Amino acid sequence: MNQNTTDAIKELLYKMADDLLIIGHRNSEWTGLGPILEEDISFSSMAQDKIGQAQALYVLLNELGEQEPDTVAFMRNANQFHNSQLVELPNGEYDFSLVRHFLFDHADQLRFEALANSSYEPLAKVARKVKGELKYHVFHGNTWFVKLGSANEESHNRMQAAFNEAWNYALGMFEPSKNEDLLIGEGIFEGEETLQEKWLANITPYIIKAGISIPSSETWKPVYGGRVGNHTNHLSPLVEEMSEVFRYDPTAEW
Amino acid sequence: MIKSLDPRITRAEINLENTIEPLRDLDQWETYEVFHQKKRGDQHMHVGIVHAPNAEMAFIFGKEQFGRRGLSVNIWVVKTRDVYVSDYEDSDIYDTVPEKNYREAGGYKVMDKINKFKKGF
Repeated sequence: MNQNTTDAIKELLYKMADDLLIIGHRNSEWTGLGPILEEDISFSSMAQDKIGQAQALYVLLNELGEQEPDTVAFMRNANQFHNSQLVELPNGEYDFSLVRHFLFDHADQLRFEALANSSYEPLAKVARKVKGELKYHVFHGNTWFVKLGSANEESHNRMQAAFNEAWNYALGMFEPSKNEDLLIGEGIFEGEETLQEKWLANITPYIIKAGISIPSSETWKPVYGGRVGNHTNHLSPLVEEMSEVFRYDPTAEW
Repeated sequence: MIKSLDPRITRAEINLENTIEPLRDLDQWETYEVFHQKKRGDQHMHVGIVHAPNAEMAFIFGKEQFGRRGLSVNIWVVKTRDVYVSDYEDSDIYDTVPEKNYREAGGYKVMDKINKFKKGF
């Protein structure tokens, strides 16, 4: 594999892994504080799944010459992360966390689905492995989203407000990379533009069912920057909190 | 406000003066009985109960509470109130007069023949 291809794959892996690690951490912040016991356990369990998926990708990065997964996850500063800004936003109320979960997980599922046929076999293998987890996560997101979007006036208004708040950040997940042509050309990944189109097509039926309206497309302003290390000031405290114990003694055996 | 070593608790700004009131009727979801199947072809077994607003959500919760360790291949959920439950007071209905070996499997002479035949091998 030539250097350009390796770099492009690394970039792809980093943004996916960082998305998963950060949203996994955010979602885990609900552990013990969830709205009801059963949902608390479900949401926490899915957060663990996401950390596991992130780890699988950090392992691939490690195989491509990057540092150990734990080091990569816990020893970087916020501006070295490549996650989209959507996933670093504070949890807010449960409505926002659910809307984000719905929007993110659909994209995540489609991304892995496309990668299951990637010419980069190690990634294709991971993508096939996480298929079932993602299916459940999306099913969970759809069910809550539709239920709360259409339950009563308060729940509808909350979901619509959270949706409006999340929307431009969600579009930011598809920030084009400088390697789009290479990744598409070499059959590694279908590219952000195609992914965004599929994502829109997939989420629209649920949005209609939930009675939520998508902001009109002239007003869309995707929030880019996360992929190249520009983040909101919410990420730094998250990274510090997440890595506090690890940084206390990076050589400790767990 | 509660100040805790767990930063999430502190961030949640929980007021200590909050009085806890029982949930009103609509705030408390009804319960579903969860049955799981360990492998295809096996009988579904009762594994527990979840609170849920509908059957779909009950499945979601049931899967996560009882199937997340990869022990299930299939799940049934049934509204608790749809389950007819017999009364323990009536447990004497399971008693039966013992002298009826003509209707117990052990009473069939054919077993002797089968066993004899098996021994023949």
